[in-house]
Amino acid sequence: MTATLPGQTAEPAIARPAPRRGRARVRSRNRKWVILFLAPWAVGVTVFFIYPLLATVYFSFTNYNGLDTSDFVGFRNFVYLFTGDPVVKTAAVNTLWLVVVLTILRVAFGLGVASILARVTTGNSFLRTLCYLPSLVPPVAATLTFVFVFNPGTGPVNTVLGWFGINGPLWFNDPALSKPALTLLTLWGSGEIMIIILAAILDVPKDLYEAAQLDGAGPVMQFRKITLPTIAPVLLFGVVNSVIFALQYFTQAIVAGSVASGSADMVGNSQIMGYPNNSTLTFPIWLYQQGFRAYHMGYASAMAVVLFVVSFAFTAILIRQLRAGNSEEARS
Amino acid sequence: MRTKAGRSRLRFRSALLITTAGMMAAACTAGGGAASGPAAAPGADQAVTVQVWSNFSDRELGILKEALDKYHGKHTNITIDNQGSQDDDKITQSIRSGNPPDVAISFTTDNIGQFASSGAWQDLKPYIERDKYNLEDIPQAVRDYTEYEGKRVALPMLADVYGLYYNKDLLAKAGLTSPPKTTAELLDFAKKTTVKAADGSIEVAGFLPQMGFYAFKPQIVATTFDAKWIDKDGKSILGTDQGWKDMFTWQKELIDFYGWDNLQKFTAGLGQEYSADNGFHAGKVAMMIDGEYRTAFLADQTPNLNYGTATIPTSKPENYGGGYTTGTIIGIPKGAKNPGAAWDLVKYLTSDTDALVGLANGLHNVPSTKTSLSSPDLKLGDTFKPFLDAFANKNLKSNPASTIGDQYLKIVSDFGVSWQTGTVPDLGAGLTALDKQIDDAKALGK
Repeated sequence: MTATLPGQTAEPAIARPAPRRGRARVRSRNRKWVILFLAPWAVGVTVFFIYPLLATVYFSFTNYNGLDTSDFVGFRNFVYLFTGDPVVKTAAVNTLWLVVVLTILRVAFGLGVASILARVTTGNSFLRTLCYLPSLVPPVAATLTFVFVFNPGTGPVNTVLGWFGINGPLWFNDPALSKPALTLLTLWGSGEIMIIILAAILDVPKDLYEAAQLDGAGPVMQFRKITLPTIAPVLLFGVVNSVIFALQYFTQAIVAGSVASGSADMVGNSQIMGYPNNSTLTFPIWLYQQGFRAYHMGYASAMAVVLFVVSFAFTAILIRQLRAGNSEEARS
Repeated sequence: MRTKAGRSRLRFRSALLITTAGMMAAACTAGGGAASGPAAAPGADQAVTVQVWSNFSDRELGILKEALDKYHGKHTNITIDNQGSQDDDKITQSIRSGNPPDVAISFTTDNIGQFASSGAWQDLKPYIERDKYNLEDIPQAVRDYTEYEGKRVALPMLADVYGLYYNKDLLAKAGLTSPPKTTAELLDFAKKTTVKAADGSIEVAGFLPQMGFYAFKPQIVATTFDAKWIDKDGKSILGTDQGWKDMFTWQKELIDFYGWDNLQKFTAGLGQEYSADNGFHAGKVAMMIDGEYRTAFLADQTPNLNYGTATIPTSKPENYGGGYTTGTIIGIPKGAKNPGAAWDLVKYLTSDTDALVGLANGLHNVPSTKTSLSSPDLKLGDTFKPFLDAFANKNLKSNPASTIGDQYLKIVSDFGVSWQTGTVPDLGAGLTALDKQIDDAKALGK
C-alpha cells in the first residue's frame, strides 16, 4: 500500500517550477506534516520534561519554599550542598554504595541466572517464568515481605539460622547490614535484566559455539570468547539501567526504614526516614525530605540538578564506551 | 542578513523563550494574593458552599461530619463539602495551584511555621479582633503551637496530650503498686519490670528507650527533662541546655541495661505502633509514653488489658503534672473562596463547647478549650482523666514552630539514634554541632 500526503498530487505538471525548487517545496510541505504529527509528543516533552528541567535549574538558584514567591540567592544552595549539609554526604555515600554494589551484582546475577537458564532444556519455560515473577511484585509489597522475612526477632531467616546455632544478625535494623539487605531484595526482583540478558544469550549464533568446540574450546573459554563479547552491548545496557536505577533508589529504602523503625503506619511527618542511623537514607530520599518536608524547594532543586548531571555523565561515559567498542569491533 | 527560514527559526526560539519564561514566572507566583482584611460572614439568605479538607477517614470522618451537620443545622444557607484523606502535602499543593479548600484541618503542627511565614494560611488576627474571640480560653502551650513568631494562622481543634501508660499486672509482678513520678523512678521501675531469658534476650521490657521508636520522640521526651529548644532569638540551644544532656544520659543508661542488640531484636519483633500487635497491647512492654488517643486503641484492640494511665514522669518534681501537647489545627488557606464563611466555621469548631465535646468524645482527643474541659457531657472514662488534668496544668509544654517543618526534629532524632548505638564519643560536642546544623538549615530558607 502506498500513502500519499495531501498536496503532493494537486499540482499540475505545467505549473511545476524548476525541479530543484519543486523538491524544496515538497520537502517544506512534508516538514509541516512531520511537525504536525510530532506536535503531541513535542507538547508532552515540553510540558513534562523541558519545562520541569528548566524550572528546576531556575529554582536551584532561589530560596523557593514551594508556597511563596522566591528570591534569587546565587550559588548559595550549591555551596550549602557541597560544604554545609552534613546529612547530604551520608545520603550521597549511601547512593554511591548502591550504584557500585547494585550495578555489579545486578548485572552479574542477571548474567549468571540467564546463563544457567539458557542451558536448561527441560522445563525451561517454567523456570524462566519463576525467575521473572519476583520483578512483577510491587516494590512496597516486596519490601514489606523482605523486612518481615529478615525480622531479627521473629523472622524465618534468623529462626532457621538459630537451628544451626547461629545468632542471626539484625539485618534491616543494623546500619552495617541494612544496605546489603536492600541489595538482596533488589537482586531477588531483578528478573527484567535477567530476561533481557537471556534473550541476548539465546541470540548468539550456534555455529560460533560449534566452531569453537571443533577448535577444542571448553565451556568457560566459549563463554569468555563468544558469549561475553557478543552480548556486550546488552550487558552495557544492563549497567546503564542499573546505574540509573540505583541513583533513583527511593521506594524500597523508605519503606524498609519506616517498617524497621516501627513507624510504617504513622501519619505523614512522623515517619522515620533513613533508619537505622541514616544507613538507608539515599540521595533522592534526602531530596524529597528537603523539598516537601523542610520546605527547601530551592535546595532540593539544586540537589536534583546535581543528580541529573551525575546521571547524565554516567550514561554519557558508558554510551561512549559502547560506541568505542562497536567501532573497534567494526574495524576488526 | 537572515534568510526566511532563519527568521522563522528565530521567531520560534523567541516564542519558546517567552513561553518558558512566562510559565516559570507563573509557577513562581502561583496562588498569590492573600486576603488583607477580615471577610464578612455570608448573610442568612446567601447560599454558600464551604469546602473542608482534613486527613480524617472512615469512622473519624463521620464524627467530623456530625459536628459539621450540627453547624449546618444552625446555618442552613451554608452547605459543607467534607473531604477526608487530605494530608498536608495535598493542602500545600492546592494552595500552590490556587485552588485550595475554604477550611484546612491538619493533623500535625510541624508545618505551621511555614504556613505562617509564607502566608500560605491566612492571618486570623483580624477575625479574632473583630469577633473578640477568647484566646485566653486556650492553654498557653496550645496557643504556642498554633502560632509562629506572634502570627496566628491556625486555631486548635482538639489536642493530644502525652502521658504514661503502665501495665498494672506487670508492675504488680515486680512488687510495684503505683506508677513512677520521676525519671529516676521510671528508670528503676523499667529495670525491675524487665524480664530476661537465660540467654539474655528480652521477654518483657520495662520501658523502651530507643529514639524514634513508638512515641519515644525528642519533642515528647524533651518535656520530661525540661529540655529547651531555642533561646529568645530563635537560635538552637541544645548544646548549652542541661536538660538535653540529662535526657540522653538517662536514655543511654537504660539502653546499656538492655544491651543494644538485645533491644533491637526485641523491638523488631513487636508490631507497628498503631497495630493490635503494639508491644504494650501484647503485654510485652510494661510502661510507655503515649498520647491520650491510645485509650481508644486499647479499648478497641485489647479491651481486657489491665492498664492504668498517669501524668508523664519528670526529672524535676516541680515540673510534674503537665507533659507534652500537640494536636489538630485548623485554618483558612490563602486563596479560599469563602473566607468569611470559613472563619465562622473555624470559630464554631474551635470554641463551641458542644462541638468540641462531641468531637472529643468521638475521636478520644482532649477538647482544646478550658471551658470544654469541665463540661459534664465529656464521656471519656477514668483512664482519660490524667490527660485532661495534664492539659489544664501550668507545666504543659509543646515544641516550637519552625519554618523547616519537622527537619529539626529529624536532626535531633538522628543524633539520638547515633548516640544510643554508641557512635557519638562526646555528648556535649555532639549537641553543640546539632545547634549549628539546625540554625544552618533554618537560614537556608531565608
